[in-house]
Amino acid sequence: MRDGADPAAPMLEVEDLAKHFDVSRPLLHRLLSGEGRRILRAVDGVSFAIPKGTTLSLVGESGCGKSTVARLVVGLYTPTRGRVRFAGHDLHEARADAAQRRRMQMIFQDPYASLNPRWRVRDIIAEPIRAFGLVKGRAAERERVAELLTHVGLSPLDGEKYPHEFSGGQRQRISIARALSSSPEFLVCDEPTSALDVSVQAQILNLMKALQRELGLTYLFISHNLAVVRQVSDRVGVMYLGRLVELAPAETLFTAPRHPYTRALLDAVPDLGMTGRQRVPVGGEVPSPIAPPPGCAFHPRCPLADARCRAERPALLPAGEAVVACHAVEEGRDGAARREPAGALAPDAA
Amino acid sequence: MAPPLLEVRDLRVEFPTRRGVLTALDGVSFAIEAGEVLGVVGESGAGKSMTGAAIIGLIEPPGRIAGGQILLEGRRIDDLPYERLRRIRGREIGAIFQDPLTTLNPLYTVGEQLEETMLTHLPIGREEARRRAVGWLERVGIPAAAQRIGSYPHEFSGGMRQRVVIALALCAEPKLVIADEPTTALDVSIQAQIIALLKGLTRERGTAVMLITHDMGVIAETADRVAVMYAGRIAEIGPVREVVKHPRHPYTAGLMASIPPLDRRVERLAQIEGAMPRLSEIPPGCAFHPRCPQAFDRCRRERPGLLDAGGTRAACWLHLDRAGRHA
Ligand SMILES: Nc1ncnc2c1ncn2[C@@H]1O[C@H](COP(=O)(O)OP(=O)(O)OP(=O)(O)O)[C@@H](O)[C@H]1O
Ligand SMILES: Nc1ncnc2c1ncn2[C@@H]1O[C@H](COP(=O)(O)OP(=O)(O)O)[C@@H](O)[C@H]1O
Ligand code: SF4
Ligand code: SF4
Ligand SMILES: [Mg+2]
Ligand SMILES: [Mg+2]
Repeated sequence: MRDGADPAAPMLEVEDLAKHFDVSRPLLHRLLSGEGRRILRAVDGVSFAIPKGTTLSLVGESGCGKSTVARLVVGLYTPTRGRVRFAGHDLHEARADAAQRRRMQMIFQDPYASLNPRWRVRDIIAEPIRAFGLVKGRAAERERVAELLTHVGLSPLDGEKYPHEFSGGQRQRISIARALSSSPEFLVCDEPTSALDVSVQAQILNLMKALQRELGLTYLFISHNLAVVRQVSDRVGVMYLGRLVELAPAETLFTAPRHPYTRALLDAVPDLGMTGRQRVPVGGEVPSPIAPPPGCAFHPRCPLADARCRAERPALLPAGEAVVACHAVEEGRDGAARREPAGALAPDAA
Repeated sequence: MAPPLLEVRDLRVEFPTRRGVLTALDGVSFAIEAGEVLGVVGESGAGKSMTGAAIIGLIEPPGRIAGGQILLEGRRIDDLPYERLRRIRGREIGAIFQDPLTTLNPLYTVGEQLEETMLTHLPIGREEARRRAVGWLERVGIPAAAQRIGSYPHEFSGGMRQRVVIALALCAEPKLVIADEPTTALDVSIQAQIIALLKGLTRERGTAVMLITHDMGVIAETADRVAVMYAGRIAEIGPVREVVKHPRHPYTAGLMASIPPLDRRVERLAQIEGAMPRLSEIPPGCAFHPRCPQAFDRCRRERPGLLDAGGTRAACWLHLDRAGRHA
């Protein structure tokens, strides 16, 4: 391979990654009140790898650290601890090298905020092309932009317009065209359809899957919508308070979830099939990441919690095809054999 | 027979602009009975919030109600002077908006806001109001309510704030609650708690709820009936099971089919091609016709009204035969 890295290396490897934010009050206030520093452990020791051409999704409730992982992975944050390797290179070195940097791009949740409102769409899309000097000459650049617009289902004529002239779904298509313009191999997608209506979401998810097939893309996909995650993922990581609590092949995670939190999340999804399945809310709320509970951070909400859970933090251990951080699973007291599938979701007359 | 709790008849809302008058709502008619939850769904910009705003008299100028009537227990409220409507709004209609911070006053404790609302609208004294305020916080699931009653809104998490907003909207015991995307900003776990609370109230107190959301899952488990909106009009309205399981309008069918299933992976999701038109570009005839796989000649020329579609009412010419037979 041109860059000399191991071609069999995963696209992305993350090891014991952590990001802590100092959210202390000002020093004077702390001195007067005798209050200590307050450290928010947004991400606290996360490890995973994404093989080339596959999709790993991260799910979890608001504030569990999904976006922080995304930002660490593309180098927008410097990790407090741990490391990220991109295509076999240390992320730090990869970011310093334009040839590597162009291979990764990010798509954000809000398709409006991420597009410069004063630029024409063609300039928005061409910016990475210019920054990386990817084509020579105006004509070639126009041609490439037209090709990208067509690829994401827009018209080359749309390049002359401004972002406000487009609907939310079209703007997300523009973001995707822009992200694709440097011919990346790895895309980090942070809630790419959360701001969109379901009908538009279906268009964008279909587009992302088609692009992955055609271009062999690798995705880190972040969403709190489990049904969306099921459609796009090869593997899924469930996060709780800055840590992975379960990591499994998508099919396994949805048919045989092991961690009590994963199960609770799945049970809390509203049932469109109207099977009468009672939705079971996860009791309580996500605790503060500044003062997480001791032992297993999920124990105040967990129906299986016992004394060990309150004292000792569970490690991620293999459990079948998954890895799971739970004492009950390790001790075999989780009633593993599981579970009628969640209600049939589609309308009969689709 | 008693009139329905809320009746909206042929509502039309217009926005004058420099380039001409935009029609945001056009011929919207529906009713809600006491104790009933009407879900209102549709893509963003379809006119859901506008419908809610018209009912509580909060359409922002230059927007205005340009036609139709809104009746609460048979009395017209769309033509009332501002002060009288404001009183009805607090006492008989409660409103829950998506963003709790716009509803809560940051300068007053949660308890003070609840007490003030009740003192304004209910014939009770300060002591009783304080007692009920704690009760309401408990009912919306705020742990240790008696201690939290003296907290300010910023001391609560987003999900707890939204629950406080709900307590505020309900504490004056309104007959009708308009909830505009009350759970959209919340995680499913908290969403489920709030939905359960709203449902409980309709059961126990006969409160009527207009639940605006684009989340079909929430509608499926909460609403009794659903109105599907498209481009400022109602495309289909009927019992929730019929609309969700056997949609009669091609738009509803497309919308339902595009929802990703949780119980299996599909290679390609069904999608409706194109996008909802802007207000300035609503096509003639059926507003859905450029995207409709079943459109025919008449659809492009003539606008369909709500027709009996057997189980639901749908604004679609495909149902003309049945409607004709029943007429
Ligand atoms: N720059 C920052 N400074 C301080 N705290 C931060 C910062 N960025 C994130 N946090 C905190 O870190 C935690 C994780 O945040 P993150 O944005 O990663 O959550 P998330 O899982 O993406 O949530 P959501 O689903 O709401 O997007 C939260 O408690 C958040 O408040
Ligand atoms: N102040 C305004 N001036 C002009 N048009 C508006 C204004 N407010 C809303 N609209 C338009 O009215 C339509 C319905 O809006 P809304 O009820 O907010 O939709 P929904 O709640 O279904 O997303 C949209 O096309 C919107 O752009
Ligand atoms: S470790 Fe204990 S508290 Fe944590 S999820 Fe497992 S059983 Fe529940
Ligand atoms: S009226 Fe015609 S265009 Fe409109 S939904 Fe029915 S078939 Fe389609
Ligand atoms: Mg996020
Ligand atoms: Mg709205």
